[in-house]
Amino acid sequence: MTIQTDKSSSYAEPGIDGMVSDWSADKQNFDLPWGKLMMWIFLLSDTFIFSVFLTGYMNVRLSQTDNWPNASEVFALEIGGVHLPLILIAIMTFVLITSSGTMAMAVNCAYNRDRRKTVLLMALTALLGASFVSMQVFEWSKLISEGVRPWGNPFGAAQFGSAFFMITGFHGLHVTAGVIYLIVIARRVSRGYYEDKGYAIVEITGLYWHFVDLVWVFIFAFFYLW
Amino acid sequence: MSETAGQQHPIGIYLKIWALLFVLSTFSYLVDFFHVQGYMRWTLILIFMFLKAGFIIAIFMHVAWERLALKYVLFVPLCAVAVLITLMAIEGDYTFLTRETFFDP
Repeated sequence: MTIQTDKSSSYAEPGIDGMVSDWSADKQNFDLPWGKLMMWIFLLSDTFIFSVFLTGYMNVRLSQTDNWPNASEVFALEIGGVHLPLILIAIMTFVLITSSGTMAMAVNCAYNRDRRKTVLLMALTALLGASFVSMQVFEWSKLISEGVRPWGNPFGAAQFGSAFFMITGFHGLHVTAGVIYLIVIARRVSRGYYEDKGYAIVEITGLYWHFVDLVWVFIFAFFYLW
Repeated sequence: MSETAGQQHPIGIYLKIWALLFVLSTFSYLVDFFHVQGYMRWTLILIFMFLKAGFIIAIFMHVAWERLALKYVLFVPLCAVAVLITLMAIEGDYTFLTRETFFDP
């Protein structure tokens, strides 16, 4: 294996050889914008946080001897006189997926240096994210008014409340932070702040946003559907 | 920062994945809507969840086109999570059995 001196040659070595040279390079470990690599490292640590939350939820749910509340009914809504199970959560899922789609397109527009479209798509993503958080606020206030507390609830096992508030609360916090992050970056893009630096930042912001969507996929499956 | 490392892919693929995620989400909602129960429910939920997660990671987050070195950084540490889940499942089961034995349910 040859020692790499020219950074641009790094992509010439795919597979295992490329990995070995990436890991053993003494000047730069990965041929990525550093911000992107750091975002990945952050997301990896965030993966551990959410994994631990969901594992904790699994543990309390396995070990409780009461009845676990039926999420399908707890989160049901009456719309126009029709009883729909879990409908709000389904709508929230679709909103978040849509926001992920607009974000992916924003990344594409940014690399094509189409600033107007990038800002528009990022603003749309932020708007969808904000509506997701609003629906979550509605859901929280509905459950609180029905008497769900972190230490107990009228539907069954007391652990339901603590797992619910902890997991969805932490996820909602991530969405809120993401909306703020998107607005800050979109504002800078619109001012031409990245014209010289390049638009890797939009891809990095996108990584964070898709991660928030990704976490929701797991919460939706394990907390609401299971 | 070099612009060369940026990920550029046609918008069409994003739209296709978007539509696919919509369909998969609808399917997982229908699992609940039609009251599928037991092992069938859990299997379907997991299949749809892993498909959705896979498409988001591979296409939206561009991991499918990233270097092998980054893939290893991202996926090897997750083995620790798998170990934790296994241990906690065993522990949760044990706590449940202990509670059933020593407390009136």
